[in-house]
Amino acid sequence: MSTLALAEIPLDQRRSGYEQLSTASKAMQDDDTSNPGTLTVLDGEALWGRKVGDTGKSCADCHGDATTSMRGVSARYPAFSPAKGRPIDIEQRINLCRTEQQKAAPLAHESRDLLALTTFVGKQSRGMPVAVVNDEKTRPFIEAGQRSYRARQGQLNLSCQNCHDDHWGEKLAGVPLVQGHPNGYPLYRLEWQSIGSLQRRLRNCMIGMRAEPYAYGAEEYVALELFLMWRARGMTVETPAVRP
Amino acid sequence: MSARALINVPRKAKRGEVIEIKTLISHIMETGFRHGTTGELIPRDIITSFTCKYNGEEIFATQLYPAIAANPFVTFHTVATESGTLAFHWIGDNGFEMTEEAKIAVE
Repeated sequence: MSTLALAEIPLDQRRSGYEQLSTASKAMQDDDTSNPGTLTVLDGEALWGRKVGDTGKSCADCHGDATTSMRGVSARYPAFSPAKGRPIDIEQRINLCRTEQQKAAPLAHESRDLLALTTFVGKQSRGMPVAVVNDEKTRPFIEAGQRSYRARQGQLNLSCQNCHDDHWGEKLAGVPLVQGHPNGYPLYRLEWQSIGSLQRRLRNCMIGMRAEPYAYGAEEYVALELFLMWRARGMTVETPAVRP
Repeated sequence: MSARALINVPRKAKRGEVIEIKTLISHIMETGFRHGTTGELIPRDIITSFTCKYNGEEIFATQLYPAIAANPFVTFHTVATESGTLAFHWIGDNGFEMTEEAKIAVE
């Protein structure tokens, strides 16, 4: 992994986007009754117990109480799926459960129900350290994600690194430029006025660079998500976070 | 899925104490000024009013307008006078209506 250690932010200098929030936005995230992400968590909690699909099973029928069974799970995703032969993110994991166990139709990316379930599952890892696995199976994908993180792309010819490694702490269009850690997703973005996934945020950055975004669920996104989670290893999960 | 509301009221308070009440409700607050991908106007869908009654007496009321962001968060203060119920009521476009209650014990 020597190449991965190059040109990255030293571990002790990494900062969650939380630290660059205004006092008001920090207060909004810290109090569950003012954090709009809580509304989505509650939606997810309701869906967790709802029986769906041809088998008529709910998430709870297999996994029981999410506060124990899902504790720390999101912090480990994207994770390697032996069935798929590649890493899958938490959205794809939930949809695998739906199609294989519940015999139900997969949920669309960024749909209200999928966001609700991923946020509810993500909330169970709140306060825990990001802990994706870096082993011989996942390493090629982490490296692929890192290559796309470093590659210049789009009409503006920018890489992710140009902003998030080289200029974090400065401002971009008047807004604090963050290091770009994925430790709060799905999160409530004030600009969106809704909760959104990491892929929605990546899509946002790609459009900003005038690059063509990948389709939701693309392997390239999952590799990038995996690299970003590895880059944020050990940082605290904040799901559902609040960001401007 | 219906609307969800979160209410934060202290469970206990001393008589005469000023308490903070925080409310958050899920709502898209569609302004009525935006156009869809095919150019048609997206109809307005907002919450128009919110009231809070303390044991039946109105202690807070506000009108809401299209410029207010999604999932309105309204917070206000009142004086804890007696034990009882705080009743919250939101009314909006397309027959939107939502009520919530919270109990408070005043010593």
